Amino acid sequence: MTDRPAATVHDMSDRAPVLEMRRISKTFPGVKALADVQLTVWPGEVHALMGENGAGKSTLMKILSGAYQADAGGEIRIGGQAAVIAGPQAARELGVSIIYQELALAPNLTVAENMLLGRETAKAGFVDRRAMARECAPILQRLGVRFGTRTPVASLSMAERQQVEIARALHAKSRILVMDEPTTSLSSRETEALFALVRQLRADGMAIIYISHRMAEVYELADRVSVLRDGSYVGTLGRQDLSADALVRMMVGRDLSSFYKKDHDAHQSRGPVILSVRDVADGSRVKACSLDLHEGEVLGIAGLVGAGRTELARLIYGADRRASGTVTLDGRAITPRTPEEAIAAGLVYLTEDRKHLGLFLDMTVRENINLGVIARDSRLAGVLNLALGRSRSTGAVKALGIRVPTDAVTVGALSGGNQQKVLLSRLLETKPRVLILDEPTRGVDIGAKSEIYRLIDDLARKGVGVIVISSELPEVVGICDRVLVMREGVIAGEVGGPGRPPITQENIGAIATGAISGLAA
Amino acid sequence: MTASVDIAGQEARNRMALRAALQAMGMLPILILLAILFQILSGYVQSGSFANAWAEGRFMSWQNLSIVAQQASINTVLAAGMTFVILTGGIDLSVGSILAASAMVAVIASKIPEWGIIGVPLAILMGLALGLLNGALIAFFNLPPFIVTLGSLTAVRGFARLLGEDKTVFNPQLPFAFIGNGNLFGVPWLVIIAFAVVVVSWFILRRTVLGVRIYAVGGNPDAARLSGIKVWVVLLFVYGVSGALAGLGGAMSAARLYAANGLQLGQSYELDAIAAVILGGTSFVGGIGSIWGTLIGALIIAVLSNGLILTGVSDIWQFIIKGFVIIGAVALDRYRLKGSART
Repeated sequence: MTDRPAATVHDMSDRAPVLEMRRISKTFPGVKALADVQLTVWPGEVHALMGENGAGKSTLMKILSGAYQADAGGEIRIGGQAAVIAGPQAARELGVSIIYQELALAPNLTVAENMLLGRETAKAGFVDRRAMARECAPILQRLGVRFGTRTPVASLSMAERQQVEIARALHAKSRILVMDEPTTSLSSRETEALFALVRQLRADGMAIIYISHRMAEVYELADRVSVLRDGSYVGTLGRQDLSADALVRMMVGRDLSSFYKKDHDAHQSRGPVILSVRDVADGSRVKACSLDLHEGEVLGIAGLVGAGRTELARLIYGADRRASGTVTLDGRAITPRTPEEAIAAGLVYLTEDRKHLGLFLDMTVRENINLGVIARDSRLAGVLNLALGRSRSTGAVKALGIRVPTDAVTVGALSGGNQQKVLLSRLLETKPRVLILDEPTRGVDIGAKSEIYRLIDDLARKGVGVIVISSELPEVVGICDRVLVMREGVIAGEVGGPGRPPITQENIGAIATGAISGLAA
Repeated sequence: MTASVDIAGQEARNRMALRAALQAMGMLPILILLAILFQILSGYVQSGSFANAWAEGRFMSWQNLSIVAQQASINTVLAAGMTFVILTGGIDLSVGSILAASAMVAVIASKIPEWGIIGVPLAILMGLALGLLNGALIAFFNLPPFIVTLGSLTAVRGFARLLGEDKTVFNPQLPFAFIGNGNLFGVPWLVIIAFAVVVVSWFILRRTVLGVRIYAVGGNPDAARLSGIKVWVVLLFVYGVSGALAGLGGAMSAARLYAANGLQLGQSYELDAIAAVILGGTSFVGGIGSIWGTLIGALIIAVLSNGLILTGVSDIWQFIIKGFVIIGAVALDRYRLKGSART
């Protein structure tokens, strides 16, 4: 564990750390979110902050940005000076900027207006647009962006909006820039551009705290990595000590042997077809897709973003209007017109966007878990069966290892992994025959990931049919028995089935990009 | 440095504890404070000195409290319906007009010889029908609730005037007048009805499948649809309930007055009902709130009106003060939401 980055990389040997956080603790009513955590960041380094969801990364960063106050006894020094960060304004004045995953921009305003939000150049109360442009243009030039100061933010892509946030931080003369999972919604080309920008900022002496779940990014960018686990500081690794094994061990506290679990074997004794989809289309993004899912099979659907995977799943589930096509479950034509009919028939769908399309964040864990079955469980005239609901929820919390103090907390307060497990529990309580899981491990930490893989494996062994839509190729290769690859709204090929090419990232990638014609392969 | 951190930490803890307590009790402390304040102020106005103010106060006499409860009752019934609607993230601006139309139906029907009592169920049915019409437009045509009910606010007002040919209808021998003026075991019927509405609403919201779905639709309509909830059923239900309760409110007003007038009755009642719901801590965006809060909100409004009259405040100032109370309540709503939205 090194204390400072290799001085040879960026010459800063005789400079002081720009940020020192020591003995930081944070207690919420009933929960100790952080215990005695430390973090030291030097100017001109990219310092990755890793840990599972719920490990305390966000809490620590919220303390740094003034959104939370740390418990008494801790110490924060910025540029060598003891600092009291009373609120977001104080943080900004101390040179701390934070870019959240959900960007904090006003889309209806222009780039310059957003950069100066709260600090508008005003003359006698009138906004001076020309002065604003003068002030912002050099920063945009320095960043090498393709938009101007007067472009409305609403017309920018996610990547460009991020650049606006960075420009905003530069304008505020920030010394410390926190980026919370900045690549989540970026394409690979946009990611490359972002990395180049981050390197440029580093060379200019900015300290960047980079929060990410993605190992590959951390390898590529980070000078040092600090790891948190369960609200405690585990350690800091220098670039030369980085390895996947070491990081995973630090984050999870144990070795991840058999990360992808696949004990079931669908090929040994291939069950009968449970779900049969024929010529499903929506008239625009999905064109006549057909597929068969066997009992106890994990069927992957891979493809590039925009290939129509989620759209296909929603059509099968009855969430969107179909132009054509039929769905058969256990030999019975069901072709659901609404999600309600699909669920009643035993077909459920896990959305890729659990916060907006899945969970009820203001409702409790118990209410969320029971929501799919309350009608089935209810007594006469729709009166809730509270005792049954309580026991279902306790059982699910235990079975899926959902980490909550009680099931009466609201789901919005949970980490991504636990939220995902709550959503999965709701689906599983309905005892489905077929599950369609859309990006089941998106935004989920490593520990919860492996638990979700185990769950999928268990379901397949019990004879449930599982369709997994995923953009993570290692995941698809690791857990699926057969993979369909979509391209431009059609199923372009299949790997892993009898008489098909084996499931490898290369084969999937080649079909997905159209390098080889899948059906012929 | 450490000391200042210490104080800041302590302050944060205190603030958090205060916020948690505020949330648990809702607006009850404010209701109690207002009652005490008006007892003292009315005593001061009476006796001219603060020494005897409490003893001389007229606010907390049983007689006056009973009047307050009666004054709150019709608004409580409307606000109960409004609670259902606002919990789904909607709004119902038409309840005042529906109340007027239903009251007209109640009085007109009460003149049927022997069968005059059916004025009450007919008023409720009238309200239900108008509410379902609102609900259908919102659920099936995907129109914004504000616009739909703003339209029916005007249209139903016209309809109410049409019903009585734009005249006040009277019935001095109103067969259900006991509702407006009678007691059962010393408790006014108006109060009994309002309390029963609150209890039944609580049961539906907290103990039935439909109740959970109302909260779900308000909390996240997209997720509700995707998890198999028939959102249109929930919307029809809440606007139907709001209409039916406005109809009940119409019967209650008619019973009190032995008369109904399509033009004046129920004017701006929707604003008092909305104010009661918001004062009760129900979030304007839906998904969060309780019927008990609404009851307290309605009582606060009634206490304000009654207390301001007792202390001799002119009705112009009553308007101004009530307006500020509503704004203060929305500010409180924001403060609560901010406190509960961690992560």
